[in-house]
Formats: sequence, C-alpha cells, structure tokens
Amino acid sequence: MSKSITIALAGNPNSGKTTLFNAFTGARHSVGNWPGVTVEKKEGKIQHNNAQINIVDLPGTYSLSPYSLEEVVARNYIVDESPDVVLNIVDASNIERNLYLSTQLMELGKPVVIALNMMDVAEKRGHKIDCKKLSELLGVPVVPIVAAQKKGIQDLLNTIVDVSKGKIICNPTDVDYGKEIEAKIKETIEVIKDNIYAHKFNPRWLALKVLEEDEAILKTIKLNLSKLQSHEQIAATSEMSLDDDFESVIVDRKYTHIAKIISKAVKKPKVFGLTTSDKIDKVLTNKWLGLPIFAGLMYIAFWFTFSIGNIFLDLIDGYFGALGESVGASLEVAGTADWLNSLVVDGIIGGVGGVLTFVPNIAFLFIAIGILEDSGYMARVAFIMDRAMRKVGLSGKAFIPMLVGFGCSVPAIMGTRTLEEENDRLTAILVSPFMSCGARLPIYILFAGVFFPGKESTVVYSLYMLGIVVAILAALTFKKTLFKGAAVPFIMELPPYRIPTIKGTGIHVWERVKAYILKAGTVIFSACLVIWFILNFNLSGMVEMQDSIGAGIGKVFAPIFAPLGFGNWQAALSLITGLLAKEAVVGSMAVIYGLGEAVGEAAVDGDVVGFISTLKTAGFTQLSAYAFMVFTLLYTPCVAVIGVVKRETNSWKWTGFSVAYQFVVAWVIALLVYQVGGLLGF
Amino acid sequence: MKTLKDLKPKESGKIAVVKTTGPIKRRLMDMGVVRGTEVYVEKVAPLGDPIEVKIKGYNLTLRKSEAEKIIME
Repeated sequence: MSKSITIALAGNPNSGKTTLFNAFTGARHSVGNWPGVTVEKKEGKIQHNNAQINIVDLPGTYSLSPYSLEEVVARNYIVDESPDVVLNIVDASNIERNLYLSTQLMELGKPVVIALNMMDVAEKRGHKIDCKKLSELLGVPVVPIVAAQKKGIQDLLNTIVDVSKGKIICNPTDVDYGKEIEAKIKETIEVIKDNIYAHKFNPRWLALKVLEEDEAILKTIKLNLSKLQSHEQIAATSEMSLDDDFESVIVDRKYTHIAKIISKAVKKPKVFGLTTSDKIDKVLTNKWLGLPIFAGLMYIAFWFTFSIGNIFLDLIDGYFGALGESVGASLEVAGTADWLNSLVVDGIIGGVGGVLTFVPNIAFLFIAIGILEDSGYMARVAFIMDRAMRKVGLSGKAFIPMLVGFGCSVPAIMGTRTLEEENDRLTAILVSPFMSCGARLPIYILFAGVFFPGKESTVVYSLYMLGIVVAILAALTFKKTLFKGAAVPFIMELPPYRIPTIKGTGIHVWERVKAYILKAGTVIFSACLVIWFILNFNLSGMVEMQDSIGAGIGKVFAPIFAPLGFGNWQAALSLITGLLAKEAVVGSMAVIYGLGEAVGEAAVDGDVVGFISTLKTAGFTQLSAYAFMVFTLLYTPCVAVIGVVKRETNSWKWTGFSVAYQFVVAWVIALLVYQVGGLLGF
Repeated sequence: MKTLKDLKPKESGKIAVVKTTGPIKRRLMDMGVVRGTEVYVEKVAPLGDPIEVKIKGYNLTLRKSEAEKIIME
C-alpha cells in the first residue's frame, strides 16, 4: 500500500495546462471554486503504478506576484498546502517567458518537475531544445511531452512518482541577483531565521519577499519592519545603486538568468519566419477585414446558439408539455388530491421543465464560445473591440457577454468568466441583463400588437435600443462610483491560433452545462414551488387565484406601480410571476384575467382580439402600456439569472444589489416615461 | 525620447526603461517587457488602439497609453 501523492499543476495560460489536465484525468474530475473566490478549481485523481496521484489544477498565471486573484490563489496553495510535487508545464515554443514562472515556482522551495509541452511546435519552428542540458542548468527534472497527443505522459508520471519518493532530488539553481542584493538576502535571512513561521517557507524566498515588502507575507510572519533595523537602508541603497526599483531589478535578474540558461540549452534559428498563426492573424485582425469578419463570426455564433438551439428547445419543451399532460391525466385517474396534482404538474414538471428547456441554448452557446476561445480568436475579439468598449469603461473582452445577453442573460453572465479583472466582471454581470433577452419578446409583441397596431416593430426596436443605452449608462456609472480607481490596464497575450479539439471543447461545454443544470436548477426549482404555492393558497388552504397569497401580494405591491400607470394587482402579480421567467408575464396575465391559457397563447401568436378589451378595461392606455413594457425590459431578471448571478459573484450581497438596483432603475425610467409622456400629452 | 508608441508597424527596437509604477509595471515586467528586450510592432487594431507587438517570441497586446511609458533605446 503506497501513500497518495498530491501534485499541483502550475503554468502560464495557453501553455496547454488544461490539455495536460484532461490527458491525465479525462472528464473524471471535479470542478468547483477556490474557497471564497470565483477562481475555478479543478481536481482529479489518477492511478499510476500502484500510486494514487491527486492532481490540483492551479489557475493559469504568468507570475506569482500577488497582484491578481489567480496569482494569490496559486501561491497560497503551494505555500500553505505543501503539495508533494509542483508540476510546472512549460510551452516549449515560448520557453523564455514560460520559464519566468518556473524560476518563481522553484524559489518556493517545493520539488518542481517541468513538463516541456508542445515539443512538436517548437521543433517545427526550428527550435532545438536540449532537455538534459536544460534539466542540468535548472536543477530540476525536465520531461518533454506533447499533451495534445498524450506523448510523454507516462515518463512524466514516472518522474513525478520518483521525485515524490526522493529517488530524484530537485536541487534548483538559484537566480544570481548580483552581489549587492545577495548580501542583503543573507542579512535578511539572519534577521528572520528565528521567526516561528519562517521554517514553513524557503528562507531565501522569504527573505526576498521581505525585501520586496510583500504585504501578505509580512502579515503572515507578523514581522514588524522596524525589527529589520537595516531594512530602510537596504531598500534605499539598493535602489540608488541599481537605478531602478527593487522589484524591477529582481524581475530583470530573473530574465537575465533565464536568457543565460536558454543560450546554453536552446538553439533557435536566426531569422524568424512567419508562423501559420501569424498568417491567419494577418487576415483575421486586418485593418479593413478585421471588423467585418468579427461581425460575421458573431452572427454565426449567435445564429448557431439560438436557431439550432431552438430546434432542441422546442423538442424538450414539447416533451415536458406532453409529460405534464400525461402525468396529470394519470394522477386524475388515480384520484389523487387536486393540490398534489397541481403541485406535480404545474410546480415540479413545469418548473424543472422550464429550466431544462434552456439547456440546448446554453450548450450551443458554450460550444460556440468554446470554439472561439480554444482557437485563440477570443483574445482577438478583445483586441478588436477594446477601444470601443473602453469608452464604456470596460475591456474589450466584455463585448461577448453583452451580445449574448440578447439571447438569454443566463449564458451571458456565465460568459463573463472570460473576464479576468474582477471589477470588469462584476460590471458586466450587473449590466448584461439590460440587454433585452428573448423571453421578453412575447410581452412586447402582445402589448405593441394591442396598443400600437401598425407600429409594432418601431416600438419593439425602441425597447431594444433603450436596453442598450441603459446598459451603457449603468456601466459608466459603476465605473465612476463603485468600481472607481485606476483604469484597468489591457496587457494581454495573443496566443497562437490552434485547432480546437472535440474532446477539449466537449469537456469544457459539459462542465458548464452540468453546473447550470445542478446549481441554477436547484434555485429555479425551489422558486417554482414557492410561486406555485402563493398562487394557489392562502392561510385557509387552497383557494382560487384572486384570493391567494399571490393576489394578496399583488395588492400590496400594486400601489408601487400606480405612479407608473399600471397600479392594479393583476399587473403587479404578473410582474412578480415574471421573476420566475419573463415569458410567464404574458401567461399569467392570461390566467389572472380569466382568459385562459389558450387565449394567452393565441395572443402571443398575434391573435389579440380578446386581450384588447380586457386590458383596456383593466386600465391600460397606450402610454401605460409602453411604461409597462419599459418596466419589464429593465426590472429584475428571472430566478435563473438571479441564481447564476449568485453563483458567478459568489456573494449574496452582489446578488441582492443586482436585484434591487435593476428594480429601481426600471421603476425610475418607467416613471419618467409615464409622467413625462403624460405631460407631453401622449 | 522615443517610446514604443512611436514605433510604426513593422518597426522594432530595444527597451531602455519601463517608466510606470505599481501593478501595471509589475504586469508588464512579468510578461517579459524588461529593459534590453527586442520588441517588434506587429500591427495596430482596426479601431486604432491597442497595438500588437512581438516580444520574447510571443505576441502581446497593450494599449497606446501603456506603450507610451515604455521608453526605447
């Protein structure tokens, strides 16, 4: 019985880290978040020659300097959890920058094994890498692999096991920081060596961090700076004589160290030829063709998600409809109580079905996003759109989720995962629901058809535009208030184009879809039960809808909507049911006004005769109908969206804020429409 | 003083100093934008900003506002 080995997988983004992780574990791994943050954490277990290996996938980072969440997560894991081996994946075709992270990893003092990935690409470019020499110079094992073709994986695992058993000793070469800094490092080690926290760390690394005044580390070891009598002088002297700040000198020396190693172990051709990737890029981000190609690709992605997705959506919708009917019929035959019948058919099957009908759209959207991302095009979207998006205070990458929001806010918010900057991501999450989603269209069609005959398309178009304008204004406001501070820098790698693999993209899509079904599904499911309950019960038991708790709630909330022109309980209640799903607004209006489901559906299909008189007697005018549409466009999105906001922000505070501010924005703008419109004589 | 922003597409030069501070500087340096490194300007984005450069054998994009702070030899 051998003990299990824990390895941490670290590497640059685009170095093939995910591919290697998938090559190890296939789809058999768990996906979650690191505690307290929304950075994704993946874990997997594999069996290799009687050894059980646990693999923890660290976030892809370029560095371990504690400036981004990912870097902090990666560094803390290695320092605090002390994995047996740190497996560092290095892109052989981009070895110089990749080795920078390696030098930082090796300084942490844990055994490091380097997997030199994409050896095939490097060879194709004419780079000759002497792995043995490289390993000697770095002082740690270097194993050449091609993760995409699963080449070298067995060698790699053997090496990892040997290192963990102490059969191979890692003895990483120290970076030479120059006489002056080396002296300071020695001095600092003397001062801190008796600190009780100090043996947790590699003394040399700890000394460097103290010299860099790394706040997180100083706090952990509770080292008072004044104890380091000479600290101030250290910083002062070194910066003076080094004519740059301390940190920069450290980075500089690391790169010098790497350059020295590379000059001995890697032979590169003198002249750079254009790589295939460069040639593709010449067309895709071309000055004139770049934007049209981008628009075309977005259109295709959108079409794919919603046209192809809707074919499956109809199938699933039909299936759940039929299932509901047949279950309802058999329950009636079995003679179960009406309330149970209604709970099962309307509450459970209707609710869960409602969640699952969106699965095809989400799956297709993530296939589209996955292909764009894995091919390397997504980075170019950010490159192309950055200037336009910056005017709104967002980075170029935020464009995609916004666009997706026209289809459905759920995948739009899930799509914000591509944004690295936390503030950017929150802004995108908070404003993307203003993009009018597909589920709101039936409401516009109904009201525009009834109250604005002949002008429907203008009215609907105006609503879509209003949504965009509000989103832009909201984003700007957030940037000026909540997320104030330095402009988010835009410094990003444009990775080489690659052909996405079915397996890679497939695993990616499956992870997302599974998460949607499990997490958003539980939220929707319970919300459905609650809403079903309040529409069918009051304190005395099961009642007609107008006497239900729901109607009572509608009456409580109706006065809120009076200044907006639709202060009746029916409108209020249908807006509340709209929280379940925006389509529900029209459906529940049909039910509440006693027109029956059939008439409601007919109204959606364009036959609105029955609705005109009813809605008019209910007090709707052209103006209040428009205000009502504006309100439905902007107010708190459905529970599916609320659930996803919770999941993606990992915070009830932001979820609550999102719900509340969208309601306020909707109320204020609908109020302006109704009151100002009234003054203007509409 | 010539900066990276002044380089036209297809031009290249060597970095003299990175004249910015804090996280942006750290990020640039982490990405290999350190003195003495050769930079080749690949292209400007269709809307006129950001720019794409080749550095240490890979492609990097950054805004002109950041490129302005990278002084060339």
